[in-house]
Order: sequence, then C-alpha cells, then structure tokens
Amino acid sequence: MSDDATDLTKRTDAPATTEPLLKVEGLVKHFPIKKGVLQRTVGAVQAVDGISFDVRQGETLGVVGESGCGKSTMGRLITRLLEPTGGRIEFEGKDITHLSVGEMRPLRKDVQMIFQDPYSSLNPRHTIGTIVGAPFRLQGVTPEGGVKKSVQDLLSLVGLNPEHYNRYPHEFSGGQRQRIGIARALALKPRLVVADEPVSALDVSIQAQVVNLLDDLQDELGLTYVIIAHDLSVIRHVSDRIAVMYLGKIVELADRQPLYERPMHPYTKALLSAVPVPDPRRRQSARASRILLRGDVPSPISPPSGCRFHTRCWKATAVCKSTEPPLVELAPSHRVACHHPENAPDQVPTDTEPLAGTPAEDAREVPAADGAPPG
Amino acid sequence: MTAPIETTSASAEAQPEAVLAGAGRSQIEGRSLGQIAWTRFKRDKAAVAGGIVVVCLVLMAALAKPIQAVFDLDPNKFNQDLVDPALQAPKGPWGGMSWEHPLGVDPGFGRDLLARVIEGSWVSLLVAVGATLVSVLIGVILGVVAGYYGGWVDSVVSRLMDTFLAFPLLLFAISLSASVQDGFWGLTGLPLRIAVLIFVIGFFAWPYIGRIVRAQTMSLREREFVEASRSLGARGPFIIFRELMPNLVAPILVYATLLIPTNILFEAALSFLGVGIAPPQASWGGMLTDAADRYEADLQYMFVPGLAIFITVLAFNLLGDGLRDALDPRSK
Ligand SMILES: Nc1ncnc2c1ncn2[C@@H]1O[C@H](COP(=O)(O)OP(=O)(O)OP(=O)(O)O)[C@@H](O)[C@H]1O
Ligand code: SF4
Ligand SMILES: [Mg+2]
Repeated sequence: MSDDATDLTKRTDAPATTEPLLKVEGLVKHFPIKKGVLQRTVGAVQAVDGISFDVRQGETLGVVGESGCGKSTMGRLITRLLEPTGGRIEFEGKDITHLSVGEMRPLRKDVQMIFQDPYSSLNPRHTIGTIVGAPFRLQGVTPEGGVKKSVQDLLSLVGLNPEHYNRYPHEFSGGQRQRIGIARALALKPRLVVADEPVSALDVSIQAQVVNLLDDLQDELGLTYVIIAHDLSVIRHVSDRIAVMYLGKIVELADRQPLYERPMHPYTKALLSAVPVPDPRRRQSARASRILLRGDVPSPISPPSGCRFHTRCWKATAVCKSTEPPLVELAPSHRVACHHPENAPDQVPTDTEPLAGTPAEDAREVPAADGAPPG
Repeated sequence: MTAPIETTSASAEAQPEAVLAGAGRSQIEGRSLGQIAWTRFKRDKAAVAGGIVVVCLVLMAALAKPIQAVFDLDPNKFNQDLVDPALQAPKGPWGGMSWEHPLGVDPGFGRDLLARVIEGSWVSLLVAVGATLVSVLIGVILGVVAGYYGGWVDSVVSRLMDTFLAFPLLLFAISLSASVQDGFWGLTGLPLRIAVLIFVIGFFAWPYIGRIVRAQTMSLREREFVEASRSLGARGPFIIFRELMPNLVAPILVYATLLIPTNILFEAALSFLGVGIAPPQASWGGMLTDAADRYEADLQYMFVPGLAIFITVLAFNLLGDGLRDALDPRSK
C-alpha cells in the first residue's frame, strides 16, 4: 500500500525487547446481572472472556473492535480500575491481578489512562492547574521546581499555553481538553499509558493532531501505549501491533503491516474494508471489495456458540457453530482464531458446507483488487 | 449596564478558541463557573429583587432588637386605650393605623403590629434557616454516601428516606411539642420551643435534599473525571470531598434556598395550630391564629402576618429559582 511507505521505514526500528512490560493471560470480566428485590444474579455480561496478550516495552499496541466488544473493560482491567473475574495480569513481572486499592496505589504512577470523553474527564470545577497537578498531590510527589512549574512544563509539552494554568475546562475546545487529559496522564512519567478511544469524541480535523501528539510524546518520553479504537483508520499510523477484538475475545493479533496487508480473520477483513481509502483512483475498487457486515453485534449476555462471529461470517460452516477456534500462530507472530482463515491454510478443510442462514451470498466479497481495472 | 460583561461571557462560552487565540490579552485569569453564574444571575430581575428582599428580611431579623430599641417599638406593650373593649377591635379606621402604629395594633391588647411583625421575623427565619441547615447536613451526608457507594448502603438509605417521607409529620410534631417538658436538653421556654421546632422540621425535611444529592452524586460518579481520580490513586473520601462536593455545592445551595420558604410555612402552620411558638412571644403563625379568632371584628389584622409570610416565601422562592437558573441552567 503506497501511502504507507513512509511510516513503514519509520517503524522498522520498533523496539522489541524480550521481557514484556505487561502480560495478560486468560483475562475474564463478567458483570453480574441482578434482578428483583433480592438482587439475585440471573446472568452475566461477558464483557471480556479470556484474552491473552503481551505489551512490550516501548511499543504501541492498538486494540480495535466494534462498540460493546469489551475494549474499555479490557482497558479498565489492565489499569486495575476494575477487579478481574478471572485470569492474570502481570506488570513488569509483578502479579497485579487482585491487588487491593491500597496495594495498587504506588503502581498508579507507572500505569496511566487517557479517557475517551474530554468533556467528562475533566472536573468542571477545577482549574487546569489543579487538574494537571492532581497526580503530584495524590501520589505525594514533589516535583523539581514545584508543582506549578511542572504543570506549566506539561502544558507546553502537550502544546498548550502554560499561562492558561488558571483557566477552567469549559474555556477550552475538545481537542485542547484532550491535551489537558494527556498532560495529566503524563505528569508522573508513567511506563504504560492506556488510551481509551482518545480521539473518537473529537472532530476529524483534530483527530490527527492528537494522534500525532501521542506519537511524538512516545518518542520523546519512551512511553509504552495501549491505544483503543473502534476502527482501524485512527491507529493505523501509530500502532506497532494490533489486537482485533470481537465480543470479549481477541480474534486476531499481529504486527501492523501483516495485519493490514494480509488480514487472516474474516472480521478483520471486514473492518479493514470499512477503512476509508484516501486515494481517489483506488476508491472505486475499494468500494467494490467493501464487505458489509449484516446484523448487529450479538449480545454479550448470551454470545453465540463456537466462533462468536459465526452469526455474521460469510465463511461460516458447521464446525464454526460447534467448536470455538483457538487463537493460534499461523504465521510468525501472527495469531488468529478462525477455522477458515483468509491468507492462510484452512484449518478445517474438510468442513466446506456453508452454514444454513448465514449471510454467505449477501456479503459482497470481491477479491481485493489492486490490479483490477478501474471502473 | 451589564451589557459589556454579557458579551464577554457569551463569547467565552461559545468560542473557547477565540478567547485563547487572543492570548495577548493582559488578563489571563480564567472566569470560573461561579463568575459566569453571577453574570447570569444579575440579568434575572425577579431573582435580584427576591435577593434584595431576602437580604432586607435577614437584616431585619438579625437586628430586630436594636431596631425595636431605636424606634421605641415594644412588641409586648399593651395599649388598652387604643382598643374598643365593646367591639374587641382597635379604635379608629384601618385597624388602628396611625403614625405611631404604622401597621395598626392588635385588637385584643392594642400591641403594636409593626413591632410584632419584626419580632416574629427573627423567630420565623431562625427556625426556618436552622431547620434547613439540619436537613442539609443530614441530607447531604446520607445522599452523598448512598449515591457514591451504592449497593446495600444505597438500599438502606433509600428505604430510610421513604420511611421519613411517609411519616405523619404533623401528628409527630404535635405530640412531640406537647410532650416535651420544660427543661429538656437544659433549655427552657422560648429557646426550647425553637430548638424543638428546628429539630422536628429539619429532621423530617432531609429526604428532599437527600434525594436530590443522591441522584446528582450517582450521575457525577459515572463521569470520567472520577475514574481519572481513581486511576491516580484517590480513595472515596478524597473523591467525595474534592471531586464531587465542588459540583454539588450549586444544587445544594439552590434546594436549600427553596427549602427555607417551605419551612417558614411549616413553622407558621405549627404555631397556628398552637404547637409552635407559644404566646405571648410574637410569631407570624401565632399572629395568624389570633387574627383568625377575630376576623369579624378586625379583618385587617389578618393581612399583616399574612403579607409578611407571603412576601418572605415569595422572595426566597424567586431567589432560589434565580439561583437554579444561574447555577444549573440545564436542570429545568
Ligand atoms: N459496569 C458495567 N456493568 C455492567 N455491564 C457493563 C459494565 N461496563 C460495561 N458493561 C458491558 O460490557 C460490554 C462491553 O463494554 P465496553 O464498555 O467494554 O465496550 P467497548 O468496546 O468499550 O464499547 P465502546 O466502543 O462503546 O466504548 C457492554 O455490553 C457493556 O454494556
Ligand atoms: S471460525 Fe468460522 S465463523 Fe468464525 S470467523 Fe472463521 S470462518 Fe468465520
Ligand atoms: Mg469504550
């Protein structure tokens, strides 16, 4: 893909130290559903249902998936704002899965979060100085040169006027507020920053600015990111690796380039086909190969059996409905959970009969045609 | 006029970029939400009028004794010569109005009504404000705790509120006032009466504040800035006092202001029923009882405490509504 060439060179030197900064194994979060006067548990929202991944020092892991697939829950679990139902989270080799609020407190310096909604993530009654200075106060850290000076340095770092120290959030635009949120997250020089859809509430024209800011700060401060997004376009240029989530599971996990060029999971392929193509000459063919996913995401309260994507997958067969595909490495550091992957050998070649009632014939799956004649 | 200030506030809200672009401006200090609310409040004529009346009333109540001394107004001085014993009504037209007694005198003993209205004002306001403070204290503590912690704590507090709201308050107030003996809590006479009224009214009005605070807390708790605070290691008390409380001050102020007139009416009603402030102490409710007994002979008497109550309640309500519009324009 030609428009990618520049950043490919930029990303080849992505650091890949062996010891992961964050290690997640079989992470589960079920929210119980309580009903009636007695508050009996009648079911559970299976928001995150057994996911495993590593985040390496200095890299950016992008996490994508449709709304409601559990991305935010995953983010809140690894920052331990939520208590996991099961699984294991290790940060720098230390098990933090069930640390109490008090035990977690010192670690909060190292793990920070950037929030989705710049209008609700800043307390409207506090000045910017108070907001960005809160990490120092809460962690009992006295920075060199005092809190005020550090806050002003942070404001300049994220591209805001340090003189605006005494202003209130309502005096700033969405993009500026998000920069304030970023300044707050970076105050304590964290090791890991989890950004939950950091730009999806912003104007498209401002999104790139904020994403670029995050990218620059990473180079400058040596940060490690987990960036959550609901489509593949936003994180395209900043991610080193990408995890694709569907209904509480990771369905594909790969380095960025292979994922964009040779997606293996049908869901990833569908997500990719929805990414807008900037080149007008190629737009035509891209439109032809757009995969329209039919129907809504099923409820995480009673997810489909077998492969959770089988109700919407045009390749689904009997085995997809009965057996859950494991997340296996089908190419070097390219893991996918699918019985009949794209761009890889079929895992269950014997099962070819399409599942009755699947949208097989409706999904317009035209071969992605780089060399196809335009028009 | 206020016009130039208004334009600044409008542009500051509508186009933050524009304000920031003009960074060369010498004044860098931000306009807090309080300052913006004040500008908005000043525009509301009815609220400003209500506020001025409230300030005057509070001054009158606080300075009741000095005022009475300076103008030689004695609320308990009998002027039997001004009353016609046969008619049981003040001599002269308009309920005995004169330069010496601008609001007339009472038909029974010829006491000066202006003096008695002033005397009644401090009793009324003291009871109403005191009871409101009691309600706010209980309501805010329980409302915040229930709203923030949720779960069984919330269930318990919510049931408690329902119970208090379903309680036959008037019966309780009557029986309590009747059964409280002199010398209770080391208090006697008037202070005891006032204390009982503050306790009874305040203790039963807290669920109104409590419900509002609980609902506001529940919605604030879901805002991401609370989560941001938690992600920095903040705990419950810090979040409640530093993050939630600053956002709750406005609604608490508004509903406290709106609770005061309700409590004034309640105090008047209790005194009217004879279980509030006891004669000879002047109180607005007590004056009304007195007037109701004699309305055939002296109809005007009734209007004096009636108007005092009406003006006070109206002024507090106008002020409260204005505060609500200014502080929380979305809540309407
Ligand atoms: N505190 C909670 N209690 C109950 N259910 C929850 C809770 N938080 C999230 N859920 C449910 O878990 C599922 C996943 O939610 P989550 O917010 O993680 O999705 P998401 O991928 O971040 O979606 P979005 O793109 O809309 O932010 C949803 O069905 C949601 O309703
Ligand atoms: S396992 Fe089957 S249903 Fe699931 S994505 Fe692969 S082909 Fe589709
Ligand atoms: Mg989310």
